[in-house]
Amino acid sequence: MSEEIILQVREVSRAFGGIKAVDNVSLELARGEILGIIGPNGSGKTTLVNLITGFIKKDSGSVFFKNRNITKLPPHRIADLGIARTFQIMRPYHSLPAYKNLIVPLYSPRVKRASGGKLGDRDAVAIDLLEEIGFERDAYVPYKLASSLPLGYLKRLELARCLALRPEVVLCDEVFSGLSMAEIATMVPIVEKLQMNGITIMMIEHRLRELFQLANRVIVMNFGEKIADGIPEEVMADKKVREAYLGTEVT
Amino acid sequence: MESKARRKERLDRGIKVRTEGIYAVSSLKEMTYLLAPRLLLILGLLIAPLVVPSMYWQRVICMTCIFALLALAFDFLAHHVGIVCLGGALFIGLGGYISGILNSSFGLPLVLTIPIATLGGALISTLLLLPCLPVRGIYFAIVSLMYPLMLSRIIEALGLFGGTDGIAGLTTFPNIWVDQYLIIGVVLIAVFSLRRLVNEDIGLVLRGIKDNDQAVKASGMNITWYKAQAVFLAATIGCFAGAYLTHLYGWVGISLFGLDFSILPIAATVLGGMGTLVGPVLGASILTPLSEMLRALGPLRIVFYCLILVGFILFKPEGLMNYFQRKYHQFEHWIEV
Repeated sequence: MSEEIILQVREVSRAFGGIKAVDNVSLELARGEILGIIGPNGSGKTTLVNLITGFIKKDSGSVFFKNRNITKLPPHRIADLGIARTFQIMRPYHSLPAYKNLIVPLYSPRVKRASGGKLGDRDAVAIDLLEEIGFERDAYVPYKLASSLPLGYLKRLELARCLALRPEVVLCDEVFSGLSMAEIATMVPIVEKLQMNGITIMMIEHRLRELFQLANRVIVMNFGEKIADGIPEEVMADKKVREAYLGTEVT
Repeated sequence: MESKARRKERLDRGIKVRTEGIYAVSSLKEMTYLLAPRLLLILGLLIAPLVVPSMYWQRVICMTCIFALLALAFDFLAHHVGIVCLGGALFIGLGGYISGILNSSFGLPLVLTIPIATLGGALISTLLLLPCLPVRGIYFAIVSLMYPLMLSRIIEALGLFGGTDGIAGLTTFPNIWVDQYLIIGVVLIAVFSLRRLVNEDIGLVLRGIKDNDQAVKASGMNITWYKAQAVFLAATIGCFAGAYLTHLYGWVGISLFGLDFSILPIAATVLGGMGTLVGPVLGASILTPLSEMLRALGPLRIVFYCLILVGFILFKPEGLMNYFQRKYHQFEHWIEV
């Protein structure tokens, strides 16, 4: 793994009223790594993703992508540079069939530039991509209306929509949550394959077992602050992390 | 007590499933299945001017088509882009006044005033509505409703463009047949091209914005730009109707900014079937003549009109077109459960 820093977050903060949702968080993402973000509910993980991708304005701090300041860019410009994200609450384009959901990113300026206008049949590209991510073409799953798909497929569709954008960095917001063990087992290799294809991934996850299997490095957040940063084993041995997860030990 | 529960089962007809693919060209029967409803619409509109009893009713056809265009624009924005636009009056007023002024002050002929008013009016409408495009929710609806009120008051207060009297004596169309077939042609072109558009890639992006604008942003698209294009398109349709209306009567006045032009298209859309694009045309073709027929009832007219609308909203909220489409494409039968 090269040590090139692709995404750098510097002392980003955001308060909602009196609550500091994200408090002075800094982190770095090296090209090609998988960074896990964990923390109790309400610790500011999703807000952090929203701040990086520009969906929420930052009170202070800055974000750099490949040494370019993207702090003040609107969400669509940030996505256009190659930072894709999934949404924790999945809202597919429910009136469209699953594969038509991918036409939107495939029609985007970024993909147009990347393919030099020679993408060919967008429908075919979309269906190939969906098949790769586990939509059984023979069972006509890609053709089903998005509103009729079960949760497992929606999570994958969410990921597929990111990948259709040909991103360099993907920020995954709880792609495993709500899935059955069997479904998670099929998702893990998909994420591994993304890493092998050179995509840098930052994933928020509550499923620690699968996360530790995947992540090269883990960041722990609590009450909007970063309380630990390191390889999974070190982080879980950290006293502050144990307290955040299990409470203070009675002495 | 033994009660037998029944429910209605609906199944797509085989021919519907087949004609969704490319196989439709394979037999005459399937082609007829696809073409018949479309031909019904086209021929129905083309024959209408020939069968109505008097010139008065021929004028009603023209007004019907104007409302059909506005309803079409409303349906397109509301159900394919997710923007609730009450700007029918704004479009009609801007299109009408631009066309009227160009004709009376600069003496331009119809072939110039209508296209200039259509595009110019659409551009001005889009620029006026641009500030409320990035926000979601009801703001767009409110602002689009306020502009026509504001503009008509400005004209009234400052006595611009003839003030409350308006501008009279504008060029009219050569005869009643041009009147009718011009607007009927435009309605047909608008229906079929919009239906085509919403299934093209850019149409999918617009429908994506309606379903989930955040995800469209996350796909690297500037949604304000796409929404502006959609509003421009709808405004083009509305402003054409305005310019046409001006030259239909050879007169332009502040009644062009009247609320009717904002509200009636919504009623037509509800009646005709939301999101179908053809439905609003059907709705307008029922409501406008109906309103004329009820004229004989005097003041009770509005009561009946409202009762019909309320009845529809309560008992057939899906609208006529969705109902017809279901009947056409599906078998229905009762099964016991």
